[in-house]
Amino acid sequence: MLKFDHVSKVYKGGKRAVQDLTLEIEKGEFICFIGPSGCGKTTTMKMINRLIEPTEGSIYINGKNILEGDSVQLRREIGYVIQQIGLFPHMTIQENISLVLKLLKFSEEKRRTRARELLALVDMTPDYLEKYPHELSGGQQQRIGVLRALAADQPLILMDEPFGALDPITRDSLQEEFKKLQRKLEKTIVFVTHDMDEALKLADRIVIMRDGQIVQCDTPDEILRNPANEFVEEFIGRDRLVQARPNIQTVEQIMNPSPITITGERTLSEAIQLMKHHRVDSLLVVDEKKVLQGFIDVEIIDQKRKKASLVRDVVETDIFTVEKHTLVRDTVRKILKVGMKYVPVVDDKHRLVGIVTRASLVDIVYDSIWGEDEMTKIG
Amino acid sequence: METINDILNYYSQNAGYVWVQFYRHFLMAAYGVLFAAIVAIPVGILIARYNKLSTWVISLANIIQTIPALAMLAVLMLVMGLGTNTVVFSLFLYSLLPIIKNTYTGIRNVDHALLESGKAMGMTRFQVLCMVELPMAMSVIMAGLRTALVISIGIATIGTFIGAGGLGDIILRGTNVTNGTPIILAGAIPTALMAVIADIVMGWLERKLSPIKKRKGSLQNQVDEQAA
Repeated sequence: MLKFDHVSKVYKGGKRAVQDLTLEIEKGEFICFIGPSGCGKTTTMKMINRLIEPTEGSIYINGKNILEGDSVQLRREIGYVIQQIGLFPHMTIQENISLVLKLLKFSEEKRRTRARELLALVDMTPDYLEKYPHELSGGQQQRIGVLRALAADQPLILMDEPFGALDPITRDSLQEEFKKLQRKLEKTIVFVTHDMDEALKLADRIVIMRDGQIVQCDTPDEILRNPANEFVEEFIGRDRLVQARPNIQTVEQIMNPSPITITGERTLSEAIQLMKHHRVDSLLVVDEKKVLQGFIDVEIIDQKRKKASLVRDVVETDIFTVEKHTLVRDTVRKILKVGMKYVPVVDDKHRLVGIVTRASLVDIVYDSIWGEDEMTKIG
Repeated sequence: METINDILNYYSQNAGYVWVQFYRHFLMAAYGVLFAAIVAIPVGILIARYNKLSTWVISLANIIQTIPALAMLAVLMLVMGLGTNTVVFSLFLYSLLPIIKNTYTGIRNVDHALLESGKAMGMTRFQVLCMVELPMAMSVIMAGLRTALVISIGIATIGTFIGAGGLGDIILRGTNVTNGTPIILAGAIPTALMAVIADIVMGWLERKLSPIKKRKGSLQNQVDEQAA
């Protein structure tokens, strides 16, 4: 789909931003360029739509050398999303989304329907169409920024730290949303970031760059398992390498398969007895089919025991869960960063199958410390 | 009190004449600004693109601005003779600086991210100019036209010295007669009024054309600083 053939870029003054880069990207692949600032990742990306012209070498899209054609035409066929979002403040959301279509001379009618369709992709209602960008939140604006890049159904999309300026929670949800979208629409995506978590989460392949050269180009798992050298190891960070231990992959493998549960029909005094018996401070509430309803903890019981007597009446339904096939490293990050004490694990029908607690993390770290020793002995 | 009566008296007796001069005065100022806009906006766009030219062009416009109005008229009169055309031309010259400078500032201040995303979406240079730069800079350019128009209305008053007419005629008449205060005021008040109204109308237009209502305040401050 996209091929770099010995591409170099030398800026005025002799600074070599990219040196002899050769890389091939498959159709539908999600590629992340990552590296310290000044490593040439953005330059590499901008050469694809010729915002920066390469000094040497050639770039092929579907076998066609892009350096030979018309750059304006080329850019209309490539989506582009930037960190600063860059929505035009004097245009409505509808006009912003369908701007490329306007450049491609689509009829007004078609542009309108397309904008509506796209907005539905990110679960935004059509009444946003007539709003102006400054009336939207940062997260919503960047959603529109992404939609704009999808408007003309471009097969290739370039993204320059698109979620970098958003707050962590919005970023997280947008990343997930976007990954789903990408799988659904089967776009080829070149994504530049300096956030390793983001790259690990989104990419099919990660290209780690330093000083204009590729240090390692591989799948996230492979990079975590076999970092090419010291630099990569350093860049990924020790803790992520630990989390990515090969024998622990999904949460199913590390979870505690028998969490303490209670059903909604039981009374609060039974609940507190159960807690005391098992020496825990919260209980997961399930129904008779083991479908997770929520949780209660000792604080809730303490506050509400005068007003209610059944677990059902006080259950807290706002609960964060993970699917059993989720990778451990994503879950671990949530526990550590968001500060949750535990995460219930559910299957695809939202039935409770286990729980990951901080104690499970202790197991992982224990394994990684002693396990690594064993591995080095074997190696 | 007597003066006010005298002024009203003057107006009632010379209503037709005052109106004609008022209209004439306004047209001179408006034409001067209009022609200046036709030249200065493209020049502003050009120097915003080729930044090296900007120092030269803006210095030149600055020099023009420093020439006293009376001297300018006198010199131009030597070349172009008496009459309205000379006044219009000198107003044209005076309007160049504010319009060029504001166009230049307006376009240079367009957010780089917008230009980049416009370009990356496949806009040609001309499309970037029409669809991004000009709409974004429009309110700043309008502010330039506003300044130019207000200056022009003031300067057009001395057009009377080279026989161009306008409200300056009435003022000059007042200075030539004994106890001419009411007549001077009868000419000066409409001039001031015209400047104020022009300022208000252009200000309204400027707000209308602002790309983002919210950010207008900060943009305007920048322009004012530049103009000062």
